[in-house]
Order: sequence, then C-alpha cells, then structure tokens
Amino acid sequence: MLDPVLIANAVVSGLLLGCLYAIASMGLAVSFGMLDVVNIAHPAMMVLASCVIAALCAPTGFDPLLAALLIAPVFGLLGAGLYRLYHLYFERRGDEAMQGLAFFFGLMIVIEVSLVLVYGADQRWVETGYGGLSLGLGPVGLPLRMLLPALMSLACIAALLLWLRRSFTGRAVAAVAQDRDALRFLGADPIRIKTVAFGLSVALAAIAGGCLIVVQPVDAHSGHVFIGRVLAVVILAGLGSLPGTLVAALVFGVIENVTATLFGPAWSPAVAFSLLLAVLALRPQGMFGRAHA
Amino acid sequence: MNGRMTRRGFGLLATAAAVSAAAGRGVAQAPAGEPIRIGFSMPLSGALAGNGRPALLAQQVWAEDINARGGLLGRSVKLVFYDDQSNGANVPGIYTKLLDVDKVDLVISSYGTALIAPAMPVIIRRGMAFVSLLGSSTNEMFKYGGTANISPVGRRMNVDFAKGFFEIARGLNPTPATLSIAGLDSDFSNRAMESARWQAREHGIRVVYDRAYPPSTVDFSPIVRAIRSAAPDLVFFASYPPDSVGLLKAAGELKLTAKMLGGGMVGPQVTAIKAQLGAQLNNLVCWDVYAPEPTMTFPGTAAFLDRYRAAAEAKGAETLGLYAPPLAYAQMQVLEQAVTRAGSLDQAAIGAALHREAFPTIIGELRFDQTGEWVEERNIYIQYQGVTGNDLAQFKQPGTQVILYPPQYRSGQLRPGFPAA
Repeated sequence: MLDPVLIANAVVSGLLLGCLYAIASMGLAVSFGMLDVVNIAHPAMMVLASCVIAALCAPTGFDPLLAALLIAPVFGLLGAGLYRLYHLYFERRGDEAMQGLAFFFGLMIVIEVSLVLVYGADQRWVETGYGGLSLGLGPVGLPLRMLLPALMSLACIAALLLWLRRSFTGRAVAAVAQDRDALRFLGADPIRIKTVAFGLSVALAAIAGGCLIVVQPVDAHSGHVFIGRVLAVVILAGLGSLPGTLVAALVFGVIENVTATLFGPAWSPAVAFSLLLAVLALRPQGMFGRAHA
Repeated sequence: MNGRMTRRGFGLLATAAAVSAAAGRGVAQAPAGEPIRIGFSMPLSGALAGNGRPALLAQQVWAEDINARGGLLGRSVKLVFYDDQSNGANVPGIYTKLLDVDKVDLVISSYGTALIAPAMPVIIRRGMAFVSLLGSSTNEMFKYGGTANISPVGRRMNVDFAKGFFEIARGLNPTPATLSIAGLDSDFSNRAMESARWQAREHGIRVVYDRAYPPSTVDFSPIVRAIRSAAPDLVFFASYPPDSVGLLKAAGELKLTAKMLGGGMVGPQVTAIKAQLGAQLNNLVCWDVYAPEPTMTFPGTAAFLDRYRAAAEAKGAETLGLYAPPLAYAQMQVLEQAVTRAGSLDQAAIGAALHREAFPTIIGELRFDQTGEWVEERNIYIQYQGVTGNDLAQFKQPGTQVILYPPQYRSGQLRPGFPAA
C-alpha cells in the first residue's frame, strides 16, 4: 500500500531538486531558448563557478550562496566577452550551427581540463553551518542543504523575470529572440543586447554553481550529469519560455523523485525522459512554447 | 626459473621486497641499455581520478626504487602512461597505441573493472602478460591465462564480498532479521549487491528493500527515505565515491538509523572524502583493502607509506595513501618478480610465472589462481571509530579504522548502531 507520508516527502524533495534544475537550466533557456546560442558548456561553467566558490569559501567560512551573488557579475562580464568572440568568429560568418556547437563543446573540455589542472581531480566541497540540518513541516522533512539553494534559485528567477518584463533592456532581450531587425527600429543594437543577455546567462550559471556546491560536492566533470537534464528541461518547457522552464524543471524533479520512491531510482531517468518524448510528440513546441506559424 | 620455489628462495625474495620498499635506493649496479618501457592507462581525470592519481604516484615510487636498485633485468625502467579520463571507451585505443606506436615492452592495467575490461581484448590478441589493479573478477568472462589481479575480492566476488559484513552483523544482539540493499548500477556494485543477497539468504535475513540507482543520480533522499520507511536492521550500500557522500549526507539529514550500516562503499577510503565526512564516518562498517592497524603489518608497508607520503606532499597529492597506493606498488612488485622469474621479456613466460609461485609484496604474500584472482580472498571490513573533526592525521593512527573482519586481522570490537551515539 502507498504510504502517503512517503509520497508527500518525495513530492516536496522533488520540488526542491526541481529548483536546482531550474536555476541550472535558466541560463541555458536564455542563451539557447532566446538567443539561439547552443551553449553546451553551460553546465561546465556552473561547475567552474562551484569550484571557484569552494576555493573562496572553504578556507574563509564565507557562505557559498552569498559568494555566488558576488562572483556572478564577474562571470557575467566573462560571458559577455565570450559572446563577442563567438559572434566575431562564428555568428557573423553564419557558421554558428555546427561550428558554434563545436566551439562550445571545445570550451567545455577546456574548462574541465583546466579545473583538473588548477584544483586537482578530487571532489571540492564547502562546509556550511546548515549542512546537516533539516526543517520539519509535520511529517515532511526539508533538508536546509536543499531548501536554501531552492529559495535562492526562486528569488533569482523571480528577479530575472521581473527585469525582463519591466526594463527596456530586458524587453529588448525578449525582442531580440523574436525579431532582431525590428529591434533596430527601436534604436537598440541587437549585438549589444545579445551580449548583455549571454553575459546574464553565464551569471546565472555562477549562481547555479553556488547552489550546486551547497547541495553536493563537485569535481571537474560533475557537469556531465546535468547536460542531458538542463537540455531536456529547456526543450520540455518550450524554447524561450522562462516561466515554462521553471515549471518544467519542477515537473522533472518531482517525477524523478516520485518514480525513485515508488519504482526504484533506476527508473527515474527513464520515466523523466519518456515524459520529454511524450510532450514533444504531442506538442513539438514544448509545454509552454509557441507553435511556429 | 621453473618448478616450485624453495623456502629459502621465497625468503630471499621476501627480504628483497621488504628491503626494496624500505630502502628505496640500495647499492646496485647501474642499469644499462635501453630502458624497459611499461605502458598503461590511468584515470588521472574523471570520476575515478581520486584513486587513479595516487595509484600512479605509487607506481612512480616503485620505478624510482627499482632504478635505484639496478633496474629490471639489468635495464632501467620507464613508465609510459596516458590519462583514460575514467572512460572505458578511451582504453582500447590507448593500449593499441602503447603496443603499436610506443612499442612498450610490458603492460599493466588501469584502475578498476570498468577500465580493465576494455583493455582485455587488445591484451589477449597481442598475448601480453597483464597485471591488473583492483578489478572485480574481470577475467571471469575472458578466461585469459596471462593475467593476475591485485584485488582482495577473490574469485567469487558475488558470493564472498559481503561475507565479512554479515559475519560481523551476526555478533549483534539481538541477531538482525532484516536488510536493505542499495547500490550503483555498475559492475562492481552489482557484484557486491549480489553477494549481499547471497549472504542474506545464508544467514536467514529478510531483504526488505533492494534497489540499484543510475550513475546520474543527484538526489539520494528518495532512496534513504524508502529505506527508512522499511526500517531494516542492516543497511548495505554498494556505492562509488560521489554517491557514497550523497547517501551518507542524506542518511544524516533524514536521520536514518540502523543496527549496522555500511557495506561495499567505495568512497570513505578516498582521502578527500575522509576529510569531507569526518565524524559522520563514525560507526560506519565499510569494506576496505588495508587499514593501519597493528594486526595488519607486512614487511615494507610502513616504509612504502613513508616514501609515498613524502612524494605526495611534494606533489600536492593525497597524502594518506591507504587505499590504492599500496596495491599499486604491489602490482609493480608482482610484475617485477614475474619478469625476474621468467628471466626475459617473453610474455608467455611472464604470464606463466604469474600463476606458479607466491609473491611477497608490501601487502603480504600473494598467490594467484589460473584466472588470476587471489587464491584466498581478503576482503576486510573496518569500522570508523573515534573520528573527530576533519583532520587527516588521525587516519594514519591505529584505532580510527578498526578491523572487524577477517578474524586474523581483527583489531577491535564492533560498536553497534548507526549513526554513532
């Protein structure tokens, strides 16, 4: 017989896990979904941020979530510079499809090898004061190791959505995804807007890195676990839909954990990715994407 | 060198092995001629690098030692190695390159079953003698005659591996009646779980939870919650380093309790994970290959650890060296002795020498059966006791990793219950 407490815990822990997937996917949703830049190195950038944060926080005791907020602008600037290179050598020449993909794949390898050379092959982690603690809501347990990154993730996503809707640059980012030529009529430079947006996506990778290092230790190759998941979440949501990315990530997390609880963890990826296939079969544009005319 | 070894001959070899590890640099004739090139791949990056890098360092210590002693067959030794990135798909290409392009004279394996098995077809096709490191019955399928495996799991891993865990549990009062099993869906862990099921049947213990999880698992709380819900007396995990941390963290957060918890966890042996988990390791009963207890001393072990730790300190590598390094050094000692006994680089003669006689090494005397596995398995189970904070120096001292099984190495008493009170 199904144990309702077990199911309730599985749903709640799935929501917390989904929040981690959401912040890990949100940057890719901006770069891939809105800018059409398939940044396959996004999870590696997230792990890079985790390692930098671990190096900063492990000896000082500084909180990794706060550290993520501090290093996010630096990552944003690096991302902006990276986009300029990508634009100069690939996008401007119309080579962004396969060669651009190869560029980001190569970048992923370079990041991973650099991490091994700089930080070694061992796992990196940060001890936090809340690491082993849990909050109890009746029979439902909320480990702070998962809860605080989830709250941080939701806060950052809310701020991002607000910025995209309220600010001129934010609206321009949404516009550049749809019609870059029309954007010129408004006096905005689409390349500058895309530079800002790509920088933002890399800054989000830094914040996701802060959340990740609280949730689990990382090594140089930890990003591999997330490549399939973040791409699946972005596609499941529908390209360009940021609220949809949040919902898809939460659905992904809940399905993984409920399946693990009811049928065993070996079935989790199979069921979650089957959902992706089913949604794509029924709604090729994703759950929240707009159908092409 | 044919026939059975005499007691005197064995004594000489044992002394030589101990002295080689102890002195490192003896007075010997300088090696002459072209160096003997020993080729292998090793996980220097990726998930298994935490064990691969220390293993390589131990092999380099051996190379220094043997060159200082006059080399192998009078020639110096040179290691030729490549990073297989913990990816089995890279291994066949590396060994093909080692044999065809680098023209190495001898080959040894990478670390672990997942990286040994992909090399086997290349090795068998070329008829090379092959000393492997920490495989789990890898040769069971290939049945290749020219191999020896430096791993204490023995020939019947799917039966014997968990025996120690259940023998220890038998001493609990009241006797445990239920068991939960969870492990990674990989070759080593699957064999470990199979052994746990076999032993549970033998001991009349009912399995109330039995699941494998995929390598991509991020959140271990559903597994731990399901185990907690089943309320078993014993919990047997068969995990790899990243998931061992995830499982133990989730167990702590969700307050999973058991009369005994541990099993075939690969992870707590890794220095970085010892530092990370610290006191959370207390009362964990875990499979291991070596522990610095007074009951488990062999000629040369302490001297090797001193040499290894000095080298590791200089290179910024892991400094405990208790898991893969002694076995990696023993791997090279077995190769050295087999080549010396064969008297040449003839691969068939070296392969035959691997199975004929005992090999004195820094991890004790090793004897291999025809499949290359140890004639007698030596899975040890230790319990972490009295660990405080995250200081690594405590793990160099006796008393923190108390050996509970097998009886001949037993160094202390079981502290029942997990987590520690």
